[in-house]
Amino acid sequence: MAAQQLPSSPPTASEPAADGLCVDGLNAWYGQAQILHGVGLNVGPGEIVALLGRNGAGKTTTLRAIMGLVRRSARQLGFRGADIGPMPPFAIARRGLGYVPEDRRIFTDLTVDENLETGRQPPRPGAPQWTPERLFELFPNLGRMRDRPGGAMSGGEQQMLAIARTLMGNPHMVLLDEPAEGLAPRIVEDMAAALLALKREGLSLLVAEQNLNFARLLADRAHVLAGGESRFSGTMAELDADPDARDALLAV
Amino acid sequence: MSFWIAQFLTGLASAASLFLVASGLSIIFGVTRVVNFAHGAFYMVGAYVAWSLTERLSGAFGWWGGVLLAAAAVAALGALAEILVLRRIYQAPELFQLLATFGLTLVAADLVVMLWGPDELVGRRAPGFTGSIALFDQMIPAWDLFLIALGPVALGLLWLLFNRTRFGVLVRAATQDREMAAALGVNEKWLFTGVFALGVFLAALAGALQLPRESVNHHMDLRIIVDAFVVVVIGGLGSITGAFVAALLVAQLNAFGILLFPKISLVIIFLVMAAVLAVRPWGLLGRPDVAQRPPAATSARPWRPLGGAGRLAMAALVLAAAALPFVSGDYLVIAATETLIFAILAVSLHVLLSVAGVASFGHAAFFGLGAYGVALAVKGLGLGMGAALALAPLVGLVGAGLFALAAARLSGVYLAMLTLAFAQILWSIAFQWVEVTGGDNGVLGLWPAGFAAQPAGFYWLTLGLAVLVIGVSRVIMFSPFGYGLRGARDEARRAASIGVSPGLMRWCAFAIAGTGAAVAGALFAFLKGSVFPDTLAIPVSVDSLVMVLLGGVQTTLGPLAGAVAYKALSIWLLSQTQWSKLALGLVILAVVLAFPRGLVGVVNQWRDRWLTQRRPGHGEPP
Ligand SMILES: Nc1ncnc2c1ncn2[C@@H]1O[C@H](COP(=O)(O)OP(=O)(O)OP(=O)(O)O)[C@@H](O)[C@H]1O
Ligand SMILES: [Mg+2]
Repeated sequence: MAAQQLPSSPPTASEPAADGLCVDGLNAWYGQAQILHGVGLNVGPGEIVALLGRNGAGKTTTLRAIMGLVRRSARQLGFRGADIGPMPPFAIARRGLGYVPEDRRIFTDLTVDENLETGRQPPRPGAPQWTPERLFELFPNLGRMRDRPGGAMSGGEQQMLAIARTLMGNPHMVLLDEPAEGLAPRIVEDMAAALLALKREGLSLLVAEQNLNFARLLADRAHVLAGGESRFSGTMAELDADPDARDALLAV
Repeated sequence: MSFWIAQFLTGLASAASLFLVASGLSIIFGVTRVVNFAHGAFYMVGAYVAWSLTERLSGAFGWWGGVLLAAAAVAALGALAEILVLRRIYQAPELFQLLATFGLTLVAADLVVMLWGPDELVGRRAPGFTGSIALFDQMIPAWDLFLIALGPVALGLLWLLFNRTRFGVLVRAATQDREMAAALGVNEKWLFTGVFALGVFLAALAGALQLPRESVNHHMDLRIIVDAFVVVVIGGLGSITGAFVAALLVAQLNAFGILLFPKISLVIIFLVMAAVLAVRPWGLLGRPDVAQRPPAATSARPWRPLGGAGRLAMAALVLAAAALPFVSGDYLVIAATETLIFAILAVSLHVLLSVAGVASFGHAAFFGLGAYGVALAVKGLGLGMGAALALAPLVGLVGAGLFALAAARLSGVYLAMLTLAFAQILWSIAFQWVEVTGGDNGVLGLWPAGFAAQPAGFYWLTLGLAVLVIGVSRVIMFSPFGYGLRGARDEARRAASIGVSPGLMRWCAFAIAGTGAAVAGALFAFLKGSVFPDTLAIPVSVDSLVMVLLGGVQTTLGPLAGAVAYKALSIWLLSQTQWSKLALGLVILAVVLAFPRGLVGVVNQWRDRWLTQRRPGHGEPP
């Protein structure tokens, strides 16, 4: 296996800049079970990076560990020059790192507008700024149901709302967990277009994904996980050329 | 007719303060998942502080200002308690926080007597609302009319707060999903403190607004907390509108119950609560409870039978306990007997709590069934001590079995409250069915016979039964049946798929716990030589819960240790100081704070650290 590329050798495409996310030697636990074993990855400013792996590879756990939502330890856990390792989740979010979970976790009792309000944070210099009106331009569906409770929305609408809610925090970077999961093919394309629009605004994204084709639509680079360990890091072209990494990705 | 209308208006006025208290309780539970037992204490302290302030501040502004200032000051106290105590134990098992708020209640109960004296205080009337107004040929106090108007106004203001302010939206979001709220940048810590302070403010305000209606006394806390719990449960946890409707209902039941059904006046609200829960297991306007945290007693490490050394140690302990009467006087022996009786009670509750995952706020029900079982067997059937002791546990078994059938659809706090209702219903039967139970005068002259007539003999009998009950409950737990019980608790669906019916298992847990508690109650009747309705009252339930929590939920020896520590400590404190509640409350708070993850949590933490250190190449969990 060409496994041990990470974390010993520095990543290729962009250096772990002071204004990106830089993770090294990340371990995470659910109860007694250690799920992540020394995961390393980095995301530069304005980049879209895909976090790839099969079911159960540890993608979700990696994102949750970065946010501080599971018990974790790391050699390095830097975001825009700050060590977020000791921080609780809310403090990480307030440094401009957003998170959209796999299961969306919309507040079902709250209306669309109220859901957006829960994500609101003050404007952040250097990061794209969002208002409900701007978000409704990005996701026109939402604008037509501002008073609808989150529980009465379709899965696709909830996904848009989950992303919009996180954007209300004016983040520099968003961790997105399987944004296209369960969406109809046409909506998947809309989603990819919306995410690329976000990139043009200057937002960086780390997108956990099983679907290599969706990742290809978006990503500049990819990290591959298997069994809670890093298996590959490089550009999409390098990924296609690496048989071991492709093995780790083949759907079960 | 006009008399009924007047009674109705009185009920409406009571509903307002009940609503304020209950909505605070409900809001706090919704967000922090803390069952705030101290809520009644904050209500009482609000009344006392308001009394002092309105006595000192003069004029109309002084009175109204004093009331608001009192509520604000008590809210600040509440925030302080949240920051110093609760904030440190949110990670602990759910019921641990109940223990902490119980400690706060004890402290407050003695502090108000210390600061304001034991006598009732009569406060100033509200300026502008001192008179009465003639309505329907009756004189209605103007203050009652003010309170009647206040209820809907408070409901409206709370609605605005929760629907039109950012704080309110965040509270509702965190009520549903705390973790997601945190990931969006919401600082849970301060949100929790804010919510707690708000809830306490409402309680203290309600207490302060009682000044013109009734005198201030140090029994106010327990009187209101039970009603408030009932309101919250009938209305549905977390629902403010539900609390409003339920407060109206409960207040009217209290107002009319005494007129319409004098025989069952004390119990009517519990009967109504049981009826509501039978139809709507989550209250009138509540919704199914999504547990955000594992139940009180889930543990990665189940109980294990004792090893050889452990058995030897237990045998030595029993022998040492049996030797007590040889080395001490009767007083100590009697105190030790009482302690052992409560150890049996705690162990039986522990079966329910840790094995079936069912918290009971009304374990006194089964204790009292045992005690009254003895009384009726001796006085009614003319049986001797031996036969009565054999019969009484059966009464507990039948009672628990019937209750578990009736409660099959409930879980969580709702089930805990239904056990409380059951205990209260039995209590009021004991209290109001005078022909059979003697009512408040109790049943007297239940003295043990033969060798047990001496304190030492009765002590040995109790010790023997304690060993028997604890031994039997351990044998049951470690049998395949016991593993089935715990399986049903940890994963209902998986247990069902391997043929274990969770419902049946829970029924069995109730039956075992009820029988054990009844044994304790039967012994208690003979120890005291009498039975009073007190054996069915709330303090017995609370004490047994405190003992289990104090000792630690995850071991069988925990409740034993907890019972011995708690009972011995309270008996000793009672003999040492006039302020025994204060001291006991402080001890409980100290224990809670010293072991913020629970006693057993501390042990687990040590074990985890030890395990990960021995696994090379793996990082250290923080
Ligand atoms: N709450 C949990 N408790 C225990 N183990 C868990 C928990 N959640 C996930 N795991 C385990 O951790 C491992 C990684 O899970 P994770 O959810 O991170 O995978 P994933 O790559 O996101 O998979 P998927 O593509 O299915 O979303 C899996 O083996 C899973 O069984
Ligand atoms: Mg996942």
